[in-house]
Amino acid sequence: MSVNLSDAMDWQAFFRDQALVCDDDRLRLFYETGCVAPQTPLSETPFIALDFETTGLDADKDEIISIGAVPFDLNRIRVREARHWLLKPRRKLTEESVVIHGITHSAINEAPDLESVLGSLLEAIAGRVVVVHYRYIEREFLDAGLQRRLGEGIRFPLVDTMELEALLHRKGFSKFCNRVLGRKLTSIRLADSRSRYSLPHYAQHDALVDAIATAELLQAQIRHRYRPHTPISYLWL
Amino acid sequence: MEAEQIEIAGFLAQYPPFNDLPKEAVQEVACQVEISYYRAGTDIFKFGDEIHELCVIRSGAVEIYRRNGELYNRLSEGDLFGQLGMLMNNRVRLPARTLEDSLIYFIPENVFTELCDRFESFAYFVEMDDNSRLSHAVSSQNASNDLMISKVTALFSRGPVALDESATIREAAQKMTEEGVSSLLIMRRNPEDEGPEELLAGIITDRDLRTRVVATGIDLDTSVTEVMTRNPVTLDDDAYAFEAMLTMLRYNLHHLPILDNQRPIGVLATSDIVRYESQSSLHLVSTILRQNSVEELAMLQPQVNACFVRLVNEDANSHMIGSAMSVIGRTFKQRLLELAEEKLGPPPIPYCFLALGSMARDEQLVITDQDNALILDNRYQPEKHGDYFEELAAFVSDALNTCGYSYCTGLIMATNPRWRKTRDEWEACFADWIDNPDPEALLNCSIFFDLDGVWGKTEWADQLNTYIVRKTRRSPYFLACLARNALSRTPPLGFFKSFVMEQDGQHRKSINLKRRGTAPTADLIRVHALAVGSRAQNSFERLDDVIKADILPKGRETDLRDALEFISMVRIRHQAQDLEAGREPDNRIEPEDLSDFERRNLKEAFQVLSNSQRFLKFRYPYTRK
Repeated sequence: MSVNLSDAMDWQAFFRDQALVCDDDRLRLFYETGCVAPQTPLSETPFIALDFETTGLDADKDEIISIGAVPFDLNRIRVREARHWLLKPRRKLTEESVVIHGITHSAINEAPDLESVLGSLLEAIAGRVVVVHYRYIEREFLDAGLQRRLGEGIRFPLVDTMELEALLHRKGFSKFCNRVLGRKLTSIRLADSRSRYSLPHYAQHDALVDAIATAELLQAQIRHRYRPHTPISYLWL
Repeated sequence: MEAEQIEIAGFLAQYPPFNDLPKEAVQEVACQVEISYYRAGTDIFKFGDEIHELCVIRSGAVEIYRRNGELYNRLSEGDLFGQLGMLMNNRVRLPARTLEDSLIYFIPENVFTELCDRFESFAYFVEMDDNSRLSHAVSSQNASNDLMISKVTALFSRGPVALDESATIREAAQKMTEEGVSSLLIMRRNPEDEGPEELLAGIITDRDLRTRVVATGIDLDTSVTEVMTRNPVTLDDDAYAFEAMLTMLRYNLHHLPILDNQRPIGVLATSDIVRYESQSSLHLVSTILRQNSVEELAMLQPQVNACFVRLVNEDANSHMIGSAMSVIGRTFKQRLLELAEEKLGPPPIPYCFLALGSMARDEQLVITDQDNALILDNRYQPEKHGDYFEELAAFVSDALNTCGYSYCTGLIMATNPRWRKTRDEWEACFADWIDNPDPEALLNCSIFFDLDGVWGKTEWADQLNTYIVRKTRRSPYFLACLARNALSRTPPLGFFKSFVMEQDGQHRKSINLKRRGTAPTADLIRVHALAVGSRAQNSFERLDDVIKADILPKGRETDLRDALEFISMVRIRHQAQDLEAGREPDNRIEPEDLSDFERRNLKEAFQVLSNSQRFLKFRYPYTRK
């Protein structure tokens, strides 16, 4: 199975163009830092794992309430430089989401708006390849959140560790085998994917723990299934 | 601003040395780590690499090698490595490679150094190598027991009450009443110019007044020396409380004079010890001696188990527990032999009943079979005396089986005619084993070389022991064979959460701690002890003699003691847990039932045993016969 996921997009050109057309200074700075060259080997690619917690699943209505971010490369996950932001959503929190995230109303009420941490967030991810588990949340919520605040969105290349698992377990020949044999789909949720690589089970779940968990998962996936000199464009979306 | 790392901190806080640090300090460490994932079989460090981080295994397993490529250790979740390199010019001394897919936390050097500076316990942990950590584990485990750390002098408050040997029985009784004591020391003048003016001649107790005075109706104006116990067992004032307890148990004493340079400074009574040890083992010994039939004795078995469990719960060490259980076993034998002689009549010729193996070593535990034998007087004539000793042996052996000391499957029992020999025959038999150490002889040596007389002419056992020690010491070939035999049972390499790792890399579900731990350690110590001419029987006492003889590698002398103590205590604790839970106790241990502390230290203890076995091979090389 060789699906090259990177053909579709010239990210470097896209970043250069956006740097010229965008209005917000913070966004311009982000795009000006540039995108990692597509031929950069995985062993030299600077990554940052991101995880969001949100008030719901609809990017158009729901909002981000916390962001965990940890920079890493193939060799080391730098916990020292990890960041964790709580955010105050523009929509009110429902009781249900409070239970899910374990974040209290008072903590949220004292938190800043996404807009006021945007500078730090974009600075953290600038020049790095963003890594997430299930790309639709992080990419769409950030884009939609910025649209609402700045009137312009954001796009950047992503490595999706869930997609990498799906490629292995749910597509092509193995999917065919599973269907023929009537097997259940292999779970590609974060915790289940991690256990396939003997990564430890984490009891805590917040944006930061999940960001670290995602970074560990990508290291494991690369160590098992790719080579250090594989170009980053082979993995990003 | 650093983000809080609850998950990482929570993990670190479970394992030493982080579990001893304040929460905030662990949180600070957690914020500084770097993480890396390694596939199985990947080098983390090679020899001589520069190292600036302390490594903690978050998940997986890592193997540490010696420079020559030999495996040194296997580490698992929560274990540290790299500290040695950090402390030694930042160069890797012992290369590390992953055995399984592993996630490693790296703690930067500046954080490591700061922790060493701020927390003594942390510095202590990382600066000690594995074996000294084991010794720490053993000592912190024993520190909680008062009997272990108290000197015998701490147990009594008043000086001794004494009278000169010229006193009468009446005067003695009056003195005891005036002073309100239950024992009185009888002194005599020291005829020598050196030493104290008076020496201890004997002791008289309330019980003596009852049994030797009132019951016999002796004239009260008779000299007290007629009814006192002459030359009583005593103990020096630098002894520990537990030694006093063992002495009182062993000789079934209620009063033990304590001497400072031959001068009595006090008398220890059973009641003084009872405050420390809840009386169980002392009490049980006298109960055994009061029973009048095999059936009555057999009913005491639950009390024997209860006594064992209590000693364990009171944090007694393995030497104390082993001695107490051996004394109890020995007392059963003594009482049974008394009963046998009552039933069969007095013996036609003198004999000595021998205890062998763990009982002789004072290392008996709860599940144990009976290893015993008989030494007969040289005048023994099979046709004349054979039946008596056959019946005597059968009576004792059957009764012991009824009392919970099951028959020896190897038939090492006095019921086996092979093991009823005259004094001369025994000497010839040992001489033959020593001169012709074939496999069977070597197997017998590991049982018969630990022997103790429990009844009858017990001095014969001592004389036989002296003979054996003298003969083996002059037989390097025999010692080499015995040494090789002692290497036949090896320890496993390590314990992991759910399996035991064998030296060939195999995983096992459980391990027999006796067969793979305490027994090979006792075998190994026996070889050294025989080589240095030690007459001690107990492994710890033998080891003391071996250490004094200065034949063990420098700086490593006490490792083996700590290792034996730790393995024994794990074995003992698990047997006690089985008894408390109403299960049949055994020697098998499943790693899942062990605490992290036990797993970690067992691994280190086994490493000590393994190193000691290697040293044994080198110390007793094969020589020509």
